[in-house]
Amino acid sequence: MSAAPGVLDRDGLGALVAVLVAEGRTVVGPTVRDGAIVLAELASAEALPYGWGVELEAGRYRLVAREDGAAFAHSAGPQSWKNFLHPSRERLWSADRTAEGELTFTAHEPEVPSYAFLGVRPCDLRAIAIQDRVLTGGRYEDGGYGKRRRSALLIAAECTEPGATCLCVSTGGGPAADPGYDLALTEVVDEDGHRFLVRVGSDEGARLLEQVPHHGADLVTEATARASVDAARDRMGRALPPVDLRALMGASLAAKRWDDVAARCLTCGNCTMVCPTCFCTTTEEVTDLTGDHTERWQRWDSCFDLDFSYLHGGPVRASARSRYRQWLTHKLSTWHDQFGTSGCVGCGRCIAWCPAGIDITEEVAALDAERGTESP
Amino acid sequence: MTAVPVPHRVVARRAETADTVTLRFEPVGPALPDFRPGQFAMVHSFGRGEIPVSVSSVQATGGLAHTVRSVGAVSDGLCAARVGDVLGIRGPYGTGWELERARGRDVVIVAGGIGYAPLRPLILGALAEPAAYRRVNVLIGARTPGDLIARKEVESWATAYTGVTVDQPDADWRGDVGVVTQLLGRAHFDPEDTWAFVCGPEPMIRAAARELAHRGVRRDCIRVSLERNMRCATGHCGHCQLGPLLLCRTGPVVDWECAEPLLSVREL
Repeated sequence: MSAAPGVLDRDGLGALVAVLVAEGRTVVGPTVRDGAIVLAELASAEALPYGWGVELEAGRYRLVAREDGAAFAHSAGPQSWKNFLHPSRERLWSADRTAEGELTFTAHEPEVPSYAFLGVRPCDLRAIAIQDRVLTGGRYEDGGYGKRRRSALLIAAECTEPGATCLCVSTGGGPAADPGYDLALTEVVDEDGHRFLVRVGSDEGARLLEQVPHHGADLVTEATARASVDAARDRMGRALPPVDLRALMGASLAAKRWDDVAARCLTCGNCTMVCPTCFCTTTEEVTDLTGDHTERWQRWDSCFDLDFSYLHGGPVRASARSRYRQWLTHKLSTWHDQFGTSGCVGCGRCIAWCPAGIDITEEVAALDAERGTESP
Repeated sequence: MTAVPVPHRVVARRAETADTVTLRFEPVGPALPDFRPGQFAMVHSFGRGEIPVSVSSVQATGGLAHTVRSVGAVSDGLCAARVGDVLGIRGPYGTGWELERARGRDVVIVAGGIGYAPLRPLILGALAEPAAYRRVNVLIGARTPGDLIARKEVESWATAYTGVTVDQPDADWRGDVGVVTQLLGRAHFDPEDTWAFVCGPEPMIRAAARELAHRGVRRDCIRVSLERNMRCATGHCGHCQLGPLLLCRTGPVVDWECAEPLLSVREL
């Protein structure tokens, strides 16, 4: 745990991935696929998106080639680690009925891969900590999530290239990795070469670092790494207004702005699917042809879906206005009441992947302005 | 740990109204922990799904009872269950009425329609200890005489006041007609020293709780049971949100002081 920082070159990173694979871990990290940087299982570090960056705007995501060959100089893609820790479909339990009409219920114990997540952005590291609180921090634990999470190894990649939709600093985060990682990488590309400063965050991280060729961190690499992370802090593309967001949302339930955003919102739920903290699920009953075997499946759900709030007679939140308001007020305000933290880490995914280009920073600023005009 | 239903056998079935059935259960194997009045269970209908249902009887002997109104696929399946059938139940979940907080005070219980069912174990609890509570009032409203649950049981109670009213009377109805809140004027209670317990359709809860508060009952002494869509009951699915609340764990029973501002916002 007290291990000193080290430096890996590109081959060293390759060796680290090779060690993880050899030890039986499922290594998941960023890779280029279908015109995007997605998270997928990596056979080797060569699959990392070396030389690719992204260009982001509201409703827009494009890959761009980078001359420096950097692997982690891109901001969040369409997926997050919840796709692996909190998968979109999971069987919870099954029930079988005998000829005599007796029932047996069997909990589904998922086969859990031993994940190694490579290239976890600081915003996503915070998102994992938030989902930990939601799914394992209460009286009951989401068993599948807890099992996957406890066996997952986290290798963070600090942010040196924020995108135009990034807003983590204004959500209380930043481009530097908070504790919670096993190893944290900071990528440095300069005249001295392409290398990764490695900080150790756990005993397991220290053990792994010892397995691969590296050298102790030199002052130049440490200073350059620190400087580029510090510079990233000042280059955030967007920011939420510097006000008490929890109070603002609470005071804005009757705002006119919700009608404005509802006129643009397609209620497609994309924002909830790409959000790294959105955790909502529904359940489905699946039976086989005999009628004596039934399974209970959990799948991702979205508060933008009409069925989400359905009570006999109809949905509680029928209007687009009320569903957008539910999402945003939950994320920034009532999440605190429920889980003791904000639900937003400022990754900007909801802005980039909104087909209508709705930008939460713009919406929150408008709500703040509207509150201002109503003040005496 | 995944919450898995526990098999329970239907040992008694009573048709309450044309669309409402009370099922009494005994565990097939190990029993669930004891329920408190006001808490709920997730009840499974094989091949259909699970719904949250507040308990209408919590007696350990004679088992647990749930009163279910047929309004959808799962509740249809539950209403069709017969004596001897086995169903899965998990729980107990959520907050209870906490009748014990009303000891030594007047008690006003307001039930609308099937809202009577979650209140039933509370009423029986209050009547079982006549010395512990000052004056117990039970006010019951239903759409029609045919929608009244447990008429006979209600008539047998020794309460300070029991009133029954319907919105739409039939030719044989000789009782009160109109909303349940109008019965409050006939109930015997000192508003400043009263605990109230309210369950029913949301508009009725709002009207009854507002009227009680208007008459001087403290808003934190009015307990209401709320309903939202619910999938997991363990705080993870996000469906039962009502503003800051997750009704599966901070509800279903909450103080009116907490519920009033939330129920005042449309589509919250």
